[in-house]
Amino acid sequence: MTKAKHKKSNDFWERNRKSGGYLLQKRIMTVVLSICRFILLFGMCFLILQPILNKISVSFMTEEDLYNPLVFSIPEHFTTDNYKLAAQLMNYGKALKNSLIISLSIAVLQITVCTLVGYGFARFEFPLKNFWFACVMLVILIPPQTISTSLHLHFRFFDVLGLSQLIRGETINLRNSVLPYYLMSATCMGLKNGLYIYMIRQFFRNIPKELEEAAYVDGCGTLKTFIRIMLPDAKPILTSCFLFAFVWQWTDGFYSKMFLGGTNLVSTSLSRIVDSLGAYMQRILGVKTTISVAYSNAILSTGTLMIILPLILLYLFAQKGFVESLSSSGIKM
Amino acid sequence: MKKQKNKLAGLQRRKAVSGYLFIMPFIIGFLAFMIKPLCQSLYMSFCDVQVESGSFTMVPIGITNYIQAFRVDPEFNRLLVEELTRMLYNTLAIMVFSFFVALILNQKFKGRALVRAIFFLPVILSSGVMLGLESNNSLISIIQASMEENASGVSITDAIQTILRTAGVGTRAFEKVFEIIDNIYDVAIASGIQIIIFLSGLQTISSSMYEAADIEGCTKWESLWKITFPMISSLFLVNWIYTIVDFCMRSDNEVIDKISTVMIEQINYGFSSAMSWIYFIIVIVFVAISSLIISRRVYYYD
Repeated sequence: MTKAKHKKSNDFWERNRKSGGYLLQKRIMTVVLSICRFILLFGMCFLILQPILNKISVSFMTEEDLYNPLVFSIPEHFTTDNYKLAAQLMNYGKALKNSLIISLSIAVLQITVCTLVGYGFARFEFPLKNFWFACVMLVILIPPQTISTSLHLHFRFFDVLGLSQLIRGETINLRNSVLPYYLMSATCMGLKNGLYIYMIRQFFRNIPKELEEAAYVDGCGTLKTFIRIMLPDAKPILTSCFLFAFVWQWTDGFYSKMFLGGTNLVSTSLSRIVDSLGAYMQRILGVKTTISVAYSNAILSTGTLMIILPLILLYLFAQKGFVESLSSSGIKM
Repeated sequence: MKKQKNKLAGLQRRKAVSGYLFIMPFIIGFLAFMIKPLCQSLYMSFCDVQVESGSFTMVPIGITNYIQAFRVDPEFNRLLVEELTRMLYNTLAIMVFSFFVALILNQKFKGRALVRAIFFLPVILSSGVMLGLESNNSLISIIQASMEENASGVSITDAIQTILRTAGVGTRAFEKVFEIIDNIYDVAIASGIQIIIFLSGLQTISSSMYEAADIEGCTKWESLWKITFPMISSLFLVNWIYTIVDFCMRSDNEVIDKISTVMIEQINYGFSSAMSWIYFIIVIVFVAISSLIISRRVYYYD
C-alpha cells in the first residue's frame, strides 16, 4: 500500500519533471482555488445562517442575560419561558392550525388552476394567445399594492352583476371573510400566481409533441391526455410550485392582512406580537409600562423561530423538491 | 381536398376551444380582479372618495391628488427617489452576486448539496412578514451600532475606505460600493431565486463547448466571457425583471408602506391610489427601458 503510494508520488515528481514544472504549478493552482472557494462559501453560509443562530441563542435567554455584556451567545440562565410567553401571545396552537389549513388549501387550489392555465398556454393554439400571455406577464409585473385600494372597496361592497342589490337591497360585505381570497386564488390572481403560470408553461412547452399526438391517435380526449399523460410527467415542477405556494402563503403578510384579517394566522399574529406583549404586560402589572427593547426583541425572535420551525422541517424533508427539481426543469426564456 | 381542409379547420377550432377552456379561469380572474380594480383605482386617483356606512361616493376632482403627492406631501418625493435609487443599485448588486454564486455552485466540490441548501434557505426564511421584521429588529441594529463604535476603523471596508481616501481616490464613486458591501446580508438573502435561475441556465450549457474551447487554447477566464456569459445572457433579462418586481413587492418598501398607511389608517382612498399609480408607472417605465437595453445585448444560441 505504502509502496504503491510512494511510487505514485515518485511518479508525480517524475511527471512534473517531464512537464517542466507545469504539473506542479497546476496542482498548486487547484489547491489554492479550492481553499479560496471554501473560505468564500463558508463566509457566505455563515452570513446567511448567523441571524438564525443569533435568534436561537437569544430565545433561550432571560431578561438579565440580554443586558449582561459578559453573556455572549450562550445564555447564563437557561430558560424556555420565552417560548411559553410567545406561544401564549400568538395564540400559537390555533394560529398554527388556521395557517396550516389556509396555506394548504390555498396552495392546492392555486397550483391546480395554474397548472390548467399553464397547460393551456403551452399546448394549444388559439386566437389572441399572445395577447393573453402578455396579460400574464402584466399580472406578474403589477404590484398587488396598486389595486389593493380598489379591491378593498370591491369586496367591501361585493356584488355579482347587481344580483344581491336586487334580492337583498344591499351589497354583501365580504371584508373579514375568507371567501374573497379563495375566489381570487381560484382565478389565478393570488400571491405570485403569474409566476407559477409562467414556470408551468415553460415546463410543458419542453415536452415533445409526439407524446401528445400518440395519445390523441390512441383515442384519448384532450382532458384525458392532460391527466394521464402530461400530469405524471410534470410532477417535479408541480412539487416545486406547490412548495413555493405553501411557503409564501405561510409567511405572507400583505394578502393575509387585507383579506384574512379576521382569521388568526401565524404571519399576522407575528407582526402584532410586540403590541400584544405590551397589552399583556399592562394587563398583568395593572399599569402602563414600557417594555425594554431587548426583551421585546427576544420575544420577537422567539416568535419568528416558532413560525419558521415548521418551514425548516418541511425544507429538510423536501429540499430536493425545492432546489433540484426547479433547476433541473430548466426555466428558459 | 376541400373536405380535408374543412376537417382540419374543425380540429383546429376544437383545439382552440379547449385551449380557451383551459385558460378560462385566468381570463375571468384577470377581468374581474385585475382589469376592473385597475380601472377603478385609476378613476379613483382622480376622485375624492368618501366612505360612509353602506356605500361610497366618488367626486371627480381632477389631478388634485397627483398635485398633492408631488407638491404638498412632505415625504412622498423623498421616499420615491430613495426607494428607486435603492432599487437600482440593489438590483445590480443582486445580479452580480447571484451570477457569481451560481458560477461557484456549479463547480464540483465536497458538500455542494449542503451549500446549495443553505443558499436557498433565504427564499423561505425571508419572505413576507419576516423581511419587515428583520429590518425592524432594533436589538440587532443597536448591537451592530455599538460594535461599530467600538471597532471604528477596524472593519475592513472602513480601512479600505481610509486608504483610498488618503490615496486621493474620489470617495463618491466608492461610497455606493461600500454601502452595498456593508449590506451584503440584504443582497444575499434577496438572491435565492436568481441563483437557482442562473444555475438552471448553467446546467444546460453543453460541456463539449468548453472542451472545444479548451483544446483551442482558451483560458478559463476567456471561456467565461466568450461561452458562459453569452449562453445565459437571456437569463439576465429574466432575473433583472424578477428582481425589480420582487423589490417592488417587498414589505419593507417605504413607498408601499406609506400607501397602505394612507389607505388603511387615514382612509384616503383617492390619494393612496394616486400614489400607487405614480409608483407603478415609474416602475413599469423603468422595467421597460432597462429590459429593452438588456434584450438588445441578449444572445440567442438557436
